[in-house]
Amino acid sequence: MLNNITLGQFFPGNSLLHRLDPRVKIVLLLAYIAALFLLDSRSAYAVLTALTLALMAVSRVPLGTQLRALKPLWWIILFTFAMHLFSHPGEAIAQVGPFTMTWEGVAQGAFISLRLILLILMSSLLTFTTSPLKLTDALESLLSPGKRFGLPAHELAMMMTIALRFVPTLIEELDRIMKAQQSRGADFTTGSLLQRARAIVPVLVPLFLSAFRRADELALAMEARCYRGGEGRTQMKQLHITAIDYVSSGAFVVLLIVLVLFCR
Amino acid sequence: MSFIELEQVSHVYQAGQEQAHAALTDVSLNIEQGEFVAVLGANGSGKSTLARHLNALLLPTSGHCRINGIDTLQTDELWRVRQQVGMVFQNPDNQLLAALVEDDVAFGPENLGVPPAEIAARVTAALAAVGMQHYRSCAPHLLSGGQKQRVAIAGALAMQTQCLVLDEPTAMLDPQGRADILACAQKLHREQGITIVYITHFMAEAAAADRIVVMEQGQVVADDTPQAIFAQAEKMQQLGLDVPVATEVAAGLRRRGIKLPVTILTPEDLAAALCGEA
Repeated sequence: MLNNITLGQFFPGNSLLHRLDPRVKIVLLLAYIAALFLLDSRSAYAVLTALTLALMAVSRVPLGTQLRALKPLWWIILFTFAMHLFSHPGEAIAQVGPFTMTWEGVAQGAFISLRLILLILMSSLLTFTTSPLKLTDALESLLSPGKRFGLPAHELAMMMTIALRFVPTLIEELDRIMKAQQSRGADFTTGSLLQRARAIVPVLVPLFLSAFRRADELALAMEARCYRGGEGRTQMKQLHITAIDYVSSGAFVVLLIVLVLFCR
Repeated sequence: MSFIELEQVSHVYQAGQEQAHAALTDVSLNIEQGEFVAVLGANGSGKSTLARHLNALLLPTSGHCRINGIDTLQTDELWRVRQQVGMVFQNPDNQLLAALVEDDVAFGPENLGVPPAEIAARVTAALAAVGMQHYRSCAPHLLSGGQKQRVAIAGALAMQTQCLVLDEPTAMLDPQGRADILACAQKLHREQGITIVYITHFMAEAAAADRIVVMEQGQVVADDTPQAIFAQAEKMQQLGLDVPVATEVAAGLRRRGIKLPVTILTPEDLAAALCGEA
């Protein structure tokens, strides 16, 4: 029933990627991103692309759902491609005004776009296969060494948990307030952008007031249940590094070393 | 020594300022371990303020409040007081803080530093005690108000609380949710011997208690068995309380000269008494 949480894009399942420890996934993703930016040979990219496609298949998340993650960034990818098309000197293909399109530009543009696409696909693979709750736990665990330098790791994780809990509640409330005002003749859908923005203000005021009231009551309830920050606190759900975590990180590290040594 | 001892407790909000407002005045009250006490009072009678003194969310401006022998003014013992007295608030939406039911129930024991394996066992037991074991991995916003309140009760039980203070737990619920919460409190009292302090302005709910404390303007105006309290139905109505319909009808009939006992609380009581009369 974890998928009842509407926030994020978690896709429940039991694949290898779902079973990996979330901390391992985050660290491996960071290593993968570093590799994407540090390596730029064609052979290295062929390997990284193959790896990404393989993991996308392993995750058992429908391909359409995975590709949809590219949608919001489609324009950025296209823009990047167009920029590179015209900004590299070399063998000219066409002339558009003062700009020259070159074969080198096409190659470079395709390469940079591929880099972006792989980056997006792999990052969304993390959010597809990890529930927001596990991500929160993983962040707290990964950030906790920073506590010594004053990083509020526990507080950040607690804020994320409370946000996950209250976003659906606040959305419901927003809906209720908007309906209440629409029933009294408020109009949120027509008029200029300015008029619509103005119509939203009377919705936001009660929403914010109620959010503050909720925060106040929640703080009281947390105190009543002996909350006093992260100090001396235990956690029911503990993350465990298992055999598959060792094997997959090991395999990934070997792959990276091979790439660095042979595909520069 | 009683489990809860209030000794001339007064509480003044914003003491010393112009808006100073006395919410409790010289309240003395003892509640024994294992009692089921209902606190009745209209809005503004000070019953919520009283409730918040019982687990040291508020401290007395003057007087003393002792929980199982611990004075709540000893701030270093605060957590022991709060562990022993669990609190359930009025608004079911604003007291659950985790995105899953089981994580929310685990919150209290986690704060107390209980080992993980034991927390899991406590969560299972607490959810079973309130009949919510099938909702363990459900998100709180998908539950009904009554179910949320039962999760909140489970959250207190998981801290192995000895006393539950329910501050108008049913005020925002539908009739079904109301019945469920009251039944849940009664079951915990009966089966686990948990001391219950049930704050409400519904007289019909208070009838389930062993003892009723009536509050008005920050003072205890009556403290007796439900039967003795309900015998004074008119007085309770003057205090702004909802008297059960059957009790009100019985009082009206008595005024017209029909001999009825003063202990009628439910329609069944009334029917039995009237049929016995005829």
